[in-house]
Amino acid sequence: MDLFYKLSNGTSAALSLIPVLEEQIFRSSVIETVNAGSRIESLFAMPEGENFRIFAILLNPKEHVLLITSMETAGTYQSLTPALPAAHLFEREMAEQYGIVPEGHPNLKAVRFHESYAGKAPWTNEKAPEIGMIDFITMRGEAAHEVAVGPIHAGVIEPGHFRFQCMGEDVYSLEISLGYQHRGIEKMMEGKVSPRTIRMAETAAGDSSIAEATACAAILEALDETVPSAKARRIRAIALELERIANHVGDLGALAGDVAFLPTASFCGRIRGEYLNMTAELCGNRFGRNLVVPGGVKFDLEPARAEKILKWIDRVYPELKNALDLMFDCPTVLDRFENTGAVRRELAKDLGLVGMAGRASGLLIDTRYDLPLNDDPRPKRISLKHCTGEVMARAHVRYREIVTSHEFIIRMLQEELQGEIRSEYNGKIPADKIAVSVVESWRGELCHAVITGTEGTFRRYKITDASFHNWTGLAMALRGEQISNFPICNKSFNLSYCGHDL
Amino acid sequence: MFKALKARLFQGYRTGKFPVQPPTLPDRFNGRPVLDASKCADCGACKAACPVDAVVAVGKDLAIDTGKCIFCGDCAAVCKQQAITFSPEYRLANMTRANLIAHSGEIYEPERPTDREFLRFCSKSLKIRQISAGGCAACELDFNVLGTLAWDMGRFGIQVVASPRHADCILVTGPVSKNMLLALKKGYEAAPHPVWVIACGTCAISGGIYQDSPEAMGGIEEILKPDLYVPGCPPHPTTLLEGMLRLMNRK
Repeated sequence: MDLFYKLSNGTSAALSLIPVLEEQIFRSSVIETVNAGSRIESLFAMPEGENFRIFAILLNPKEHVLLITSMETAGTYQSLTPALPAAHLFEREMAEQYGIVPEGHPNLKAVRFHESYAGKAPWTNEKAPEIGMIDFITMRGEAAHEVAVGPIHAGVIEPGHFRFQCMGEDVYSLEISLGYQHRGIEKMMEGKVSPRTIRMAETAAGDSSIAEATACAAILEALDETVPSAKARRIRAIALELERIANHVGDLGALAGDVAFLPTASFCGRIRGEYLNMTAELCGNRFGRNLVVPGGVKFDLEPARAEKILKWIDRVYPELKNALDLMFDCPTVLDRFENTGAVRRELAKDLGLVGMAGRASGLLIDTRYDLPLNDDPRPKRISLKHCTGEVMARAHVRYREIVTSHEFIIRMLQEELQGEIRSEYNGKIPADKIAVSVVESWRGELCHAVITGTEGTFRRYKITDASFHNWTGLAMALRGEQISNFPICNKSFNLSYCGHDL
Repeated sequence: MFKALKARLFQGYRTGKFPVQPPTLPDRFNGRPVLDASKCADCGACKAACPVDAVVAVGKDLAIDTGKCIFCGDCAAVCKQQAITFSPEYRLANMTRANLIAHSGEIYEPERPTDREFLRFCSKSLKIRQISAGGCAACELDFNVLGTLAWDMGRFGIQVVASPRHADCILVTGPVSKNMLLALKKGYEAAPHPVWVIACGTCAISGGIYQDSPEAMGGIEEILKPDLYVPGCPPHPTTLLEGMLRLMNRK
């Protein structure tokens, strides 16, 4: 029997084809495969009678394929984290959701502070621990002190708690405790599939709506054996790149604001809105809500509309470049960005950083190339020159992606394409299947995986947002930094609280 | 210094003309639904297509609750009789929950403010503390937009303050996750009273897409009484700004 089942992105397979390995074999094959260059897309548990089945979904970038395997456990198993640090949050999540204890996990704590779905979480006798009540890593010493921030922050942002251990201005450790945005999406996605299913998946992370909806649609299409038309896929790809540009522009502006460089902060705040309005031109909603539907897209991109957006970009793009060049040309800004908040390549690899932040640390990862979804069109790959993991590198990667995404959108809008925008979708959900889709959102890859139950129902729906991989990267970036550098480190990642908390 | 000045000249003055001029909204924007019960065949297709149970009644009482609606337009798309259409009416905010329900044949006029105490305190200056309580962060992002130079809500005396201690008003987004319940209550209590409440977005009004969540309340009404309800998923910046200006009697 093979150790892994190979699945292409956005396809489904019978659940019976997924190997069920002995714990030791599961462990060694997952560790060896990751060490050989694959990465963890998702690691999750599902109740199976009295026991639990743990699924590992890995991505092999060389073969452009997902590797899926599983094991059964009665409730305890040997933790993967000491060998594979990238697994640490997944193991905490499984412990919280189903009470599965990873023995030897170095930092087993609550993730989202909800009631256990089965059995009880290993860290409490209560049903659920009180939110934020964990045993924080602390530091002792005469001059050591602790800074606690959140859940409610000073700006208009999502809630989360940050606990800094400091000596004077210097941060020795940052621990991030989230869960405040938890609204139980994965649980609500289980059961009968309804019109709400994709609209809810879309809200897993509001600023990545198009990516989340595309991932969910790909799963529904895989189960129904529908293939969206080339035109529909192109419209999705354009919307996805518009989403990427809007978020990068907003964050670069916010970075400028955090180092008190107000011209670029002001310009970018306005310019970000232009890109959101282009998305609204496509579908009526600035975040691209309701654009993606199973089988394609809801709204056509007629030649006149494409022309309008092209002209719009022609007007705005020079303004954007002007705003960004002004910032990247300013010595006081560069002084703050350079050598701040470094996550070096080796650490980024160990922690399993993905997407923009991973690329900024020098990792050549991008699922648009590593694991393309039904040959969707894609922008050119960016160069990873000078990608050494600092705030500066993350800012530069964003700028480079803005450039390639623009080239891509302009190219796509110039070519006219005929055809349907919505293929016939029958809503078929066959029993006992597994389907997985991976989409490169602006933050990085997000993975949706589903296991169907009886016909028409989802037994388990697992969402892994890019933020889930990357939050630890932010915590590590702060080590050895001044606490006053937290805002720019944070903004350079700009991770999603809701995408993590689900 | 000169580069910055040159860039400033190049970028120009970009603050929008709203509210002096009506906003420019995309042609595919879905505003307040317009209903015609006389066309309704009572088939229930709209109710089945709605992801959020916003079609509260069909037949002769045909009504859509914009406090639940995510404005996806699927009900209008499936209605063969065209009893439901979405108008470009962006003035969706109201001060009473009942006025969020769109009825057949209504002549919609957004509510005028009646709260004299609020007008005495806040008609010229409104200091807002925003609290996210669950949700997807889209409402926060589009509220933030009002602070950019494109909207510049500071022109109207509306400002975001860092602490509830400085706030006249708490603007809540999200369905109120169980995990934010305590923080929301504490945040509200920390504001000097009288304090007013804005429910921003469908989740905050009714739970929206998360209305059946076991991990969240169905909106803030279970805890706080909103003084302004702003529908939308998320509300368009114009919808939110227009609602706040109307609450302040600034138009």
